[in-house]
Amino acid sequence: MSGTTPSASGLYSDVIRDRWRRPRHRGELPGANAVAEDVNPLCGDRVRMMLAVAPEGRITEARFVGDSCAICTASADVVADLIAGRSRGEAAALDVGEVLAVLQAEIRPTRMRCVTLPLSVLAKALDGSAKR
Amino acid sequence: MRLDELTRPDFPILQRIVNGRPLVYFDSGASSQKPRAVLEAMNRYYERSHANVHRSIHTLGEEATELYELARDAVQRFIGAPSREEVVFTRGTTDGLGLIAETIGRTLGRGDEIVVTELEHHSNLIPWQLVAKDRGALLKAVPILADGTLDLTALDRLLTARTRVVAFAHVSNVLGTITPVTEIVRRARAVNALTVVDGAQAAPHLRLDVSALECDFYVFSAHKMLGPTGIGVLYGRRAVLDSLEPGRGGSEMIKEVWIDHAQWNDLPWRFEPGTPPIAEAVGLTAAIEYLEKLGLERVTEHERALTRQTHEGLARIPGVTVYGPPPEVERGAVVSFAVAGLHPHDVAALLDAEGIAVRAGHHCAMPLMRRLGVVGTSRATFSVFNSPDEVGLLLTTVAGLRSAL
Ligand SMILES: Cc1ncc(COP(=O)(O)O)c(C=O)c1O
Repeated sequence: MSGTTPSASGLYSDVIRDRWRRPRHRGELPGANAVAEDVNPLCGDRVRMMLAVAPEGRITEARFVGDSCAICTASADVVADLIAGRSRGEAAALDVGEVLAVLQAEIRPTRMRCVTLPLSVLAKALDGSAKR
Repeated sequence: MRLDELTRPDFPILQRIVNGRPLVYFDSGASSQKPRAVLEAMNRYYERSHANVHRSIHTLGEEATELYELARDAVQRFIGAPSREEVVFTRGTTDGLGLIAETIGRTLGRGDEIVVTELEHHSNLIPWQLVAKDRGALLKAVPILADGTLDLTALDRLLTARTRVVAFAHVSNVLGTITPVTEIVRRARAVNALTVVDGAQAAPHLRLDVSALECDFYVFSAHKMLGPTGIGVLYGRRAVLDSLEPGRGGSEMIKEVWIDHAQWNDLPWRFEPGTPPIAEAVGLTAAIEYLEKLGLERVTEHERALTRQTHEGLARIPGVTVYGPPPEVERGAVVSFAVAGLHPHDVAALLDAEGIAVRAGHHCAMPLMRRLGVVGTSRATFSVFNSPDEVGLLLTTVAGLRSAL
């Protein structure tokens, strides 16, 4: 590896690079009926998750917007992927392990919050919409 | 001999290999590395002389007390304080600012005003927010101009007969801006306001002379200036310290105690409750002696050259934005930058993969980030051991980053 083009291959897997460059689910979701936003106090990253939940409780679509690093963005994108089609309960049960399995990266403890922020925003969105 | 050539052998940690590469440490602004002299002084103290200070009659207690008080003399000399009684040891900048905010806070009334600036570290903002809330005081902030300097015209508008405190950083930990301390102090004095200067990013890099600055309080941490964590300094002008009731109580800070009242100890101990950071004071003495041996002017000059090389080099890389005053303006040993299309944390992680340590994020200055319109920046900060070659490596690595993710 040359000294001038770091690959950091362990941390930034192909999945993370790809989803950072071309997120599938980034953007507003006008018809969303479950929305939440949160900030990672360590870095100031901000993610908003928007869910369209059908009357019977199934998530038909999820999108996100935010100001976030590659890992957090990729995580949000994967979360949106994984919960589409799930019931509210199934989405709430989404585990960080499932997200990590898709990301295929060696996430260090200092960056774990980047992965989990979209999950906690998801939980907040589901929680908020359930109470309404 | 260049300063880094002289000093590098003194810093054991520079032998570290990080991710297969020699460590390049550009995060001294967060916490600097320590020369062997500091580590050895602390070790020697613990191995030979450790005991509690002030109340011990035995030999070790006397030695510990003497070493602790010698640190005060070293600081007095280092910052140009008129007397040693004006040097109060704290646990660090945050602790010192909190202590002085609480102490001054008790004297504030409803409608009194506190002035801070838009470029403050949270440590010099939140304590004042707490005080303002508690006392019903008003908190105002001096905005910054587009070039990262303070808007002094706005300061004039913000200062009123109700202004009791003006608290501001000497050097911005994000932009590197050096604020015009004497000028601000002069204007604050004109309305009889006290001045509190956060010197965390200045003390490691500039020759200080608090008498010339004429501020009422000056606060900094040892760990950013080659010393240990856990100790800091609060300089306070004697007349002001004398007029203040202690903000915090405990042992050491009293002369005589009854159940319902007490008589305060003399300065500076009145503001030092509890067992102080003794070994850390010993380490701080060693750090000061180390910096003084190098010569602060030489330190400033070396770091300024690195800062300028970094600033100019980064600014030439397509897609890189550098924040803060332009290169021709004197600044602290700080360069904040952004790489288009990359998040600051990813920049830091990609640089770390090459063994280069920079900081990324909001740098505990969220209002300033908001003002700059970013969530964070990447930031390189410099110390005596950094070399032009290391800066060269940073520049070529940053130039290659945009294709890295
Ligand atoms: C300008 C400024 N003020 C205050 C602080 C807080 O210092 P400490 O964490 O040592 O209390 C820092 C360092 O983080 C700083 O850069």
